Amino acid sequence: MTGELQSIWVYLAASPLLGLTSTLVAYQGAMWLFERSGRSPLLNPIVVSVTAIAGFLMATGTEYRTYFDGAQFVHFLLGPATVALAVPLYRQMPVLRRAWPVIVLTIVLGAVMAAVSAVAVGWSLGGSEKVLMSLSAKSVTMPIAMGITERVGGIPSLTAVMVMLTGIFGATCGAWILDKTGVRHPAARGLALGIASHGIGTVRALQMGEMAGAFAGLAIGLTGIATAFLVPVLVLWVK
Amino acid sequence: MNLSYITLLLLCQLAGEVIVRLVGLPLPGPVLGMMLLFLGLVIHGRVPNGLDGVVKGILGNFALLFIPASVGVMVHLNTLATEWLPIAAAVLISTFCTIVFTGRLMQHLTRSEGEDKS
Repeated sequence: MTGELQSIWVYLAASPLLGLTSTLVAYQGAMWLFERSGRSPLLNPIVVSVTAIAGFLMATGTEYRTYFDGAQFVHFLLGPATVALAVPLYRQMPVLRRAWPVIVLTIVLGAVMAAVSAVAVGWSLGGSEKVLMSLSAKSVTMPIAMGITERVGGIPSLTAVMVMLTGIFGATCGAWILDKTGVRHPAARGLALGIASHGIGTVRALQMGEMAGAFAGLAIGLTGIATAFLVPVLVLWVK
Repeated sequence: MNLSYITLLLLCQLAGEVIVRLVGLPLPGPVLGMMLLFLGLVIHGRVPNGLDGVVKGILGNFALLFIPASVGVMVHLNTLATEWLPIAAAVLISTFCTIVFTGRLMQHLTRSEGEDKS
């Protein structure tokens, strides 16, 4: 019996089926948990599924590369998903058309602020080069952030961790920070959350109201574009 | 799922990757692909129904797509353990500063613009 189980495991561990299936199962379990908790940012579905899968792989002594052979089919969709972001961005055209100079200026300066301050703080506390590279895109929506760090020689999975931390911090404390610093205009509140903490911050902004949500949504794509242009220049300058 | 619009997304990505490499742009290919699709939508003037369905399907399970790469963190647990301080401090301080800076700036600019008009 144990011998049989073992041979089944040896077969499964070598095929892409296990990596792909475990990704889908973990994600759906995490989504269920997330909905049950009333969409608490602390039970972020990505954090929960990644912890479960990584724990499973380490417990079974499976290498990440073996897992990725199966999971790459999901990973590949990041590219088309990034392209697809053009549609929600296009839906914000009425907002963009009305106030684009102000929005674009705030987003470009915000993207500079987010990247430069993260790298500067990390550098001053002795962060290694790969960590600094991975920090530079922390305020950008995940698919674009991973693309950016890949391009400048950072580590996409480290970036993913930083993007998650940033999003969760922005979503849980962003509203309180805006209250304390006297930012009351819904457009400004939404835009700030979208610039600093991408899609996860946008979910929080949507709870504040339609206008805040629209401005946050607008900030996701534009901050990504601005940072994609900015970070490689920043890297050249730092090196 | 409409196959022709899935193909459109892939074509935009492909065009993005090719142009980025030809011109030597520092952008990720899919980001340029997104800008190309955005431009196409602006010219077309609306989002085609079929495209809307495909995009909803992909973006509806957005979080799923980040999982495979994020699991890679298990390879870098050492880095996280030794560099948790610069990482945590950079995330907290930078996110705080960015929220305050952009929020105040946008509020200031929106108000002064309103005053110009009144």
